Amino acid sequence: MSDTEAGEGGNRKVKRFMIVNRKAPYGTIYALEALEVVLIGAAFDQDVSLVFADDGVYQLKKGQQTKGIGQKNFSPSYRALGDYDIEKLYVERESLQARGLAPADLLVPVRVLGSAELSVLMDEQDVVLSF
Amino acid sequence: MKFGILVNEGPYQHQASDSAYQFAVAALAKGHEIYRVFFYNDGVNNANKLTEPPQDDRNITRQWSALAAEHNLDMVVCVAAGLRRGIKAEILAPGFNISGLGQLIQAGIEADRLVVFGD
Repeated sequence: MSDTEAGEGGNRKVKRFMIVNRKAPYGTIYALEALEVVLIGAAFDQDVSLVFADDGVYQLKKGQQTKGIGQKNFSPSYRALGDYDIEKLYVERESLQARGLAPADLLVPVRVLGSAELSVLMDEQDVVLSF
Repeated sequence: MKFGILVNEGPYQHQASDSAYQFAVAALAKGHEIYRVFFYNDGVNNANKLTEPPQDDRNITRQWSALAAEHNLDMVVCVAAGLRRGIKAEILAPGFNISGLGQLIQAGIEADRLVVFGD
């Protein structure tokens, strides 16, 4: 469960937050607004990890061009996650393979895990937020 | 147990808000505590006091307001998600407050379980 660290303001709780991204980057707003949650979680010094599964794997696809749909291409933000000390990015192997994608197609280095391994990881979290 | 609740869908279009409400009612009836209900994504539309469903339908916004009044619930609407959808202080139903995403993270930290209701 949660660890307690002594922060500057006394005891500060750090919990394990996992943000699960299941939707394509465009078409709905889930991916964009989930990213906001990730950044605030990091700003609160929580132990944040991200999972990309189902169509969520497309969020990390290289070469996104959004001019034609009149929306902002926010995919460069995933490359900046390291600046916020967010380094735990997991991609579900089955979702990647079902879409003909490989890690080389993705914007950032990730750990590719099978759904069984992911479920173990999920079980270890304090908070799982699914978008 | 101390629960946090996250509502990510608007009223009527999706059942998420109904389910979250019914979960909250059931949890309170069993003597559990609701630390906070946080409204995000289209879930912010649950706070719109201008909502006016047909008379033979449930009024989801009013249900939340009544539950908050009865149990002193902390119901928070995300400011950024709200602004994007025109949910501002002037149209907030009773019991809802506008604040930042930090309140969601805080709920995750303080609650024993954070339950997500979404698509």
